[in-house]
Amino acid sequence: MRSKIYGKPGDRVFTALLVVLGLTVMLVAALMAWELGFGGREAFRAFGFWGFLRGTAWDAVAEQFGAWPFLVGTLITSAVALALAFLPALAAAIAVAEYAPRWLGELVAYLIDLLAALPSVVYGLWGIFVLVPLVRDHVEQPLFLWSAEHAPALMGVLGPPTGIGMLSAVLVLALMIVPYASSLARDAIRLVPRSQREAMYALGATRWEVVRRVVLPYARGGIFAGVILALARAIGETMAVTMLIGNSGQLPYSVFGPAATMASVIANEFAEAEGGLQLSSLLAVGFLLMLLSLAVNLVADFILRRMSVGEGRK
Amino acid sequence: MNLRRRYLRDRIMVVFVYLGTLIVLLPLGFILLHVFTQGIGALNWDFFTKPPAPPGEGGGGMLPAIVGTFVIDLMALAMGGLLGLGGGILMAEYPDHPLNRPLRLVANVLGGIPAILMGLFAFVLVVVPMGGFSAFSGSVALAILMIPIIMRATEEVLRILPWELREAGLALGLPRWRVTLSLILPAARGGIVTGLLLALARAAGEAAPLLFTAFGNPFLSFDPLGPMDSLPLKIYVYAISPYEDWIRQAWGAALLLALLLMATNYLARRAMRRG
Repeated sequence: MRSKIYGKPGDRVFTALLVVLGLTVMLVAALMAWELGFGGREAFRAFGFWGFLRGTAWDAVAEQFGAWPFLVGTLITSAVALALAFLPALAAAIAVAEYAPRWLGELVAYLIDLLAALPSVVYGLWGIFVLVPLVRDHVEQPLFLWSAEHAPALMGVLGPPTGIGMLSAVLVLALMIVPYASSLARDAIRLVPRSQREAMYALGATRWEVVRRVVLPYARGGIFAGVILALARAIGETMAVTMLIGNSGQLPYSVFGPAATMASVIANEFAEAEGGLQLSSLLAVGFLLMLLSLAVNLVADFILRRMSVGEGRK
Repeated sequence: MNLRRRYLRDRIMVVFVYLGTLIVLLPLGFILLHVFTQGIGALNWDFFTKPPAPPGEGGGGMLPAIVGTFVIDLMALAMGGLLGLGGGILMAEYPDHPLNRPLRLVANVLGGIPAILMGLFAFVLVVVPMGGFSAFSGSVALAILMIPIIMRATEEVLRILPWELREAGLALGLPRWRVTLSLILPAARGGIVTGLLLALARAAGEAAPLLFTAFGNPFLSFDPLGPMDSLPLKIYVYAISPYEDWIRQAWGAALLLALLLMATNYLARRAMRRG
């Protein structure tokens, strides 16, 4: 049967064409992993994999390279941005899917999608010329002056109040990842069966109790998956962070002071990289970044899959 | 807990939920407001028709970047569209093909990889062997970015179509490839166009993959094998420059880019509704 359906010459050509296209896609992905790992081989050979990962020096003149400051920068900025973004994103999802009247819900959902559609460089531009002065004059300098007067020990932790640095980058990053967390949470909340809500209402629950005890627990898989996908976005976010974080690979980082992430160091130094070892080290950082985002995405995938199996979807 | 306190908590949570939403939407409003008010002044005739002026001189425009954006993105769409459509059709129309499982995994993996790594990859794969920055290498980077989006969208749309449609075609004696090309794809046209446009909109806003592939070029260029400029790239370069006039033009470019992307997104939505 099968051979008859697939067997005609035209079909064979067509299938072969599709297979070639599919194989090309797979080849591209495989080649990408290989090229980044292979491109970073000099760095891995010179410092060892763990030596490179844990190395804290990044000095083009002394030819000493280590990815640790950037790994730390990436993890701190993404984790803090996620912590900031989570509750507002969840609130927006609840508002859209549960609380708001239809027209308002649609409007808010549209605006949140718009947030995801704006390019990273536009966030960066806005960050530099609007957010940075705001943060510098109204958050960082008052706090810094206060700590200088009352708690000098804190000054080192806070760092120079110039506006360009970790705090501004984290704020913009948080804003940028909201739509990813919010839209998945929204979808998950919409999938909660009506009967679940009605059963709870029939028991005399208030609307918040329905949300808190039924909707959120039921939708938790999608909510978590959204959170982790948002984390993945934050880890890979490049332009806005590069424009705002100050790009300094000097550990230890401070709250206001400059820092760098894996993506930002690549964006910042790659075009001007001199010498094979620096280029190779940047490729090696790219390789590590790929591993990190792969791991995060696989976790999100796993959670989503577990949720959908548990609820009998697909 | 007594009734009054439960009601009170219910009301308070309404306030918190809307407050959280407002916290999200307020910055968006500010961004749109700033991009519009700062950008609108930069959008004049020169902006659309002139190449950039030398640093610090003032004047000049964005013509090379505007042209470059279209050239780079359309080349990327051609490559990414072909591969994405092929993969998507394979996954939806040949569900028992052994390539499908690894292909789906690859689509998921590619979709999660940061865009800047596409740039690194295109640099190693295209820029280094060809001996210089080129618009083509930028298109390759953006195409890789588009592939998983197009693939997923295509597969989803094709899956929705009823199997009866295919069976009807086969019953008429059409070979499978004709069923796919003449029945399935036209029936799914709207959704496929939506996928292509969404991928285009996503890639057109990216500057990171172009930093060391298309690289930028102050002169008007149509040569795909030479460096070329692009709006996101220009916004980045101008935004971190010390020149007042460049910064003004960066806002203009941001407004133009945002409008283009919104238009693309709007068309994508409309295509879906039609199809």
